Amino acid sequence: MWIVEVLGFGQKGWGGLLVAGALMTLCVTIVALLIGAILGTLVAWAKLSGGGVARTLGNAYTTVFRGVPELLIIYLVYFGGSGAVSAIGRSLGYEGFLGLPSFAAGALAVGIISGAYQAEVYRGAYLAIPKGELEAAEAIGMHRSLLFRRIIAPQVIRFAIPGIGNVWQLSLKDSALVSVTGLADLMRTSQVAAGSTRQYLLFFIAGGCLYLILTSLSDRLFNRAERRANRSMPSSFGQA
Amino acid sequence: MVHEHSIEPATATVNRLSVRNIRKKFGSLEVLRGISLEAHDGDVISILGSSGSGKSTFLRCINLLEIADDGEIWVDGEHINMIKKHGRNVPASSKQVDHIRAELGMVFQSFNLWSHMTILQNVIEGPVHVLKRPRAECIAEAEALLEKVGIAEKRHAYPAHLSGGQQQRAAIARSLAMKPKVMLFDEPTSALDPELVGEVLRVMRSLAEEGMTMLVVTHEMNFARDVSNRVVFMREGQIDCTGAPAEMFSGESSPAFRQFIGNFRG
Repeated sequence: MWIVEVLGFGQKGWGGLLVAGALMTLCVTIVALLIGAILGTLVAWAKLSGGGVARTLGNAYTTVFRGVPELLIIYLVYFGGSGAVSAIGRSLGYEGFLGLPSFAAGALAVGIISGAYQAEVYRGAYLAIPKGELEAAEAIGMHRSLLFRRIIAPQVIRFAIPGIGNVWQLSLKDSALVSVTGLADLMRTSQVAAGSTRQYLLFFIAGGCLYLILTSLSDRLFNRAERRANRSMPSSFGQA
Repeated sequence: MVHEHSIEPATATVNRLSVRNIRKKFGSLEVLRGISLEAHDGDVISILGSSGSGKSTFLRCINLLEIADDGEIWVDGEHINMIKKHGRNVPASSKQVDHIRAELGMVFQSFNLWSHMTILQNVIEGPVHVLKRPRAECIAEAEALLEKVGIAEKRHAYPAHLSGGQQQRAAIARSLAMKPKVMLFDEPTSALDPELVGEVLRVMRSLAEEGMTMLVVTHEMNFARDVSNRVVFMREGQIDCTGAPAEMFSGESSPAFRQFIGNFRG
């Protein structure tokens, strides 16, 4: 019954730390998704608005951050960011290495990557809005901000939900890479537990199960949101 | 005979709608080549013409979905201010554009109801958010309008769950909710199955009888002949001839128009 003991919540058990790690993973991913939503919206807007410079920048963003390994981005943000912080520290007379908080660095890095994928999701969702509906809104005298708030945003969200569910899962798994910065997320905690007990198989399977629980629960949540958003669609759509 | 290319410029201010010498080019294609039209209060003007004659573009220029390269427009006496940029007209004030559009009801061929809103939400959207009127008042009016166009029982349904004819009647109610000065119809029955055309035309006919000023781009010859008090025949971006339907359809029109309606009779 040693398994119950090491996985449990008692004195020798790693259960509490694993659950805390899972919650940390969840937090990093939520913050990353929000950062990505903001960046993704800006990039999608840059790509759609048609201005030459804005479109080039938008294209560059999605090309670079979808085309470079996630781990590299995380290193870049963590070490690059820490380097910048240290330089600022030196200019203020503080000698030595100043680290970027690993949570902030990790969420930012995963958020930047997530933003590149989200931008494509939002762009596709915008293009899925029937053009006539936008014209009808203009024809009734809606100014641009009202048109965005009342007609574009609700429909973009509706069309984007399945794609965002996908990005969420990717980000959740990308967040495991943040463990390289020492953040005590689910990945890192499983690793530490496995190393110190030498029960590698047990703890990596336990970690994997917790990841699966997170992804399948969130999958359900997104499915429910999708059904709700599709109330207005013909029934063959909504119940698919 | 009522061939004409010139219209008395005179009393633009008393008309519901005055359009003078509108021109529009898409690339090198000249779609509108100087169109002028006056609509008095209660006029129902049918605009006929084969496809490509520019009639839809003309309608879209009036509510500024397209900006005419040249020409003047007055809506209920208010002149739409334009400035010249690179030799083309551009609206001087986007505020005025929104305000003018709110005074013109537009009904589209493909209905264009907002698919994420129920029928009732579609109808109150403009009055509540554009005109900023009290919501309860708008709902009461919207329900009366939906009653009038015969789809009150569908008010909580989404557009995708309605037939084309019902959607078009809802779209008409949505436009009417803005209390427009003029209603513009862009081939309102062309996307409908034949058996659904009648219900939409009935609504339009009752609007005409109530004295609504209407511009109707249509292929419905019976509507043009029986309901409108004026027919405009467009050809190659110009008004080929215009007149009362009785004269036009009895043969006192241009050869091109006689040939055009001849095609319809088969």
